[in-house]
Amino acid sequence: MADATPMFEVRDLARHFDVSRPFLQRLVAREEKRILRAVDGISFAIPKGTTLSLVGESGCGKSTVARLSVGLYTPTAGAVIFDGRDLAEARALADQRRRMQMIFQDPYASLNPRWRVADIIAEPIRAFGLVTSHSAQQDRVAELLTQVGLSPLDRQKFPHEFSGGQRQRISIARALSSNPEFLVCDEPTSALDVSVQAQILNLMKELQQRLGLTYLFISHNLAVVRQVSDRIGVMYLGRLAELAPAETLFRTPRHPYTRALMEAIPDLEMTGRERIPVGGEVPSPITPPSGCAFHPRCPLANDRCKRERPELKPAGDAMVACHAVEEGRDDAMPMPAIARDAA
Amino acid sequence: MSNTAPLLQVKNLRVEFPTRRGTLVALDDVSFDIAPGEVLGVVGESGAGKSMTGAAIIGLLEPPGRIARGEILFAGKRIDNLRYEQMRRLRGKEIGAIFQDPLTTLNPLYTVGHQLVETITTHLPLNPAEARKRAIEWLEHVGIPAAAQRIDSYPHEFSGGMRQRVVIALALCAEPKLIVADEPTTALDVSIQAQVIALLKTLAREKGTAMMLVTHDMGVIAETADRVAVMYAGRIAEIGPVREVVKHANHPYSAGLMASIPPLDRRVERLAQIDGAMPRLSAIPQGCAYNPRCPQVFGKCRELRPDLLDAVTTRAACWLYDTETARG
Repeated sequence: MADATPMFEVRDLARHFDVSRPFLQRLVAREEKRILRAVDGISFAIPKGTTLSLVGESGCGKSTVARLSVGLYTPTAGAVIFDGRDLAEARALADQRRRMQMIFQDPYASLNPRWRVADIIAEPIRAFGLVTSHSAQQDRVAELLTQVGLSPLDRQKFPHEFSGGQRQRISIARALSSNPEFLVCDEPTSALDVSVQAQILNLMKELQQRLGLTYLFISHNLAVVRQVSDRIGVMYLGRLAELAPAETLFRTPRHPYTRALMEAIPDLEMTGRERIPVGGEVPSPITPPSGCAFHPRCPLANDRCKRERPELKPAGDAMVACHAVEEGRDDAMPMPAIARDAA
Repeated sequence: MSNTAPLLQVKNLRVEFPTRRGTLVALDDVSFDIAPGEVLGVVGESGAGKSMTGAAIIGLLEPPGRIARGEILFAGKRIDNLRYEQMRRLRGKEIGAIFQDPLTTLNPLYTVGHQLVETITTHLPLNPAEARKRAIEWLEHVGIPAAAQRIDSYPHEFSGGMRQRVVIALALCAEPKLIVADEPTTALDVSIQAQVIALLKTLAREKGTAMMLVTHDMGVIAETADRVAVMYAGRIAEIGPVREVVKHANHPYSAGLMASIPPLDRRVERLAQIDGAMPRLSAIPQGCAYNPRCPQVFGKCRELRPDLLDAVTTRAACWLYDTETARG
């Protein structure tokens, strides 16, 4: 695993958006340009056949990373590398482009309501010219529908005839139709009910095993992420706070933000533990705090945290961007109950 | 449960939607009580009728939906047959509502202070200056920093979490006895969600406010509710104390629902899943609506619809708890 080229990699990736008011208004009001740093320098690699998840609260930049990863946005800085090639270069080649696909959050918005299921699923097949004859195309659609747990007879139906979970299955069938190796899944289950979520997560795991897929999985739900990931990156305000193997992250979360997130999750086991809310709110990414972006909410913050932005540094088999962890001050913050119970 | 008289009683409620292709029954035979100071959680998948139940109670069913049968009693008096104007007065004063999306609840054209003061003066015998003072107190109460300054801000000047607090303040400022909260934390991030839940719990405890908490988030229910009603296809499948329903559900649907929640404390190879999907209102199967998906289905389930039966720790609409069936 270690010596092979990762399927997917980003290096110092950044994406900034100009959210200034129009030029003349800005001139009259003497305003500065306003730049939203949605993603501000992150690096990670995903080995073939594994899943890396990005978690974080809304506005942390995780969906922007998803869109950068398939080329829906171009990076402001840094590089996206797909199987050893720069993404821009790879996307110029149809046979490389077909190797990556994306699954979106909302199955009600991502399927064309006027198209029949067969046409929706066959679109990538046609676009990439993967099969030539109509009958071969129909066979392929039937095979894909079976693969995602639908009936081949469903091909004649329209999206409105399906429930949310079934629609997400159609989205997955469409994504698989070009025989991709890498799938970017942006909150694929957050629009679904919990019983259906389990169906889709099980399906995605099965498909990964059967087809050797590599996933970049975006979610705000830590419990979901624990079930699907090999490695997890915790994002806060456009940067990675912590990047660790899934089990390490849940057994010994190091970054104060990761610990706070785990404390904040409602307790379903009803052990009677009180939820400890994280104080304050996610600051605006247009005017992020100085130094470590988490310092205004962090119980371990000191002067250095206010001044100096921490970089990701190794801590055990994890990578953590925190001065307190680096200096060994993190014992002052207790491990979240979830990690304590596991230990 | 205490032996005080229930504040809210819903009896055999049936809501219908007349359509061109016939009448759809959105809620059927829904009955439950809420005592003063009690939090009743209502859970279920989308389309199960949770929000519809809330809307029926506060008299805001979307036309052409209408209450076709049953009654709703508030403090012993029927409220389902009130005229619009009477219901409007009751709503806000006696029954507060919190909806999922704080942006649609607040009027973007008025400051939050204006909206709070308007609500307070409408329902309480206070002059505008007193009402403003009260409004600031409420904003402080729900944890908005520098409330005296923020009161003159417009809704868009608040972040999502703060806006939802304003909505809560707005629902509470007339000191209602009952709050119908429909997915109050769904639009919020976990860290903010924890703050809002803690706030609602404190208020229910301190003020003795009863609450109907509609959500699909079992974690929120487990933390907040005293009792839970699990809804499926427009009916209550199971109702009982929160601990029993969450940890030892009797109805196969509730049990399946709980089992399908991904655990946080361990990784499992394969999540428990309920196959299939909830039926549409136009195609509810004969017998128990859950029977096509139920792992414990037997003959009777396909023919007759079970009512809520005594399942010792909870009440479950399932033939497994029918003494006749058990004997036979």
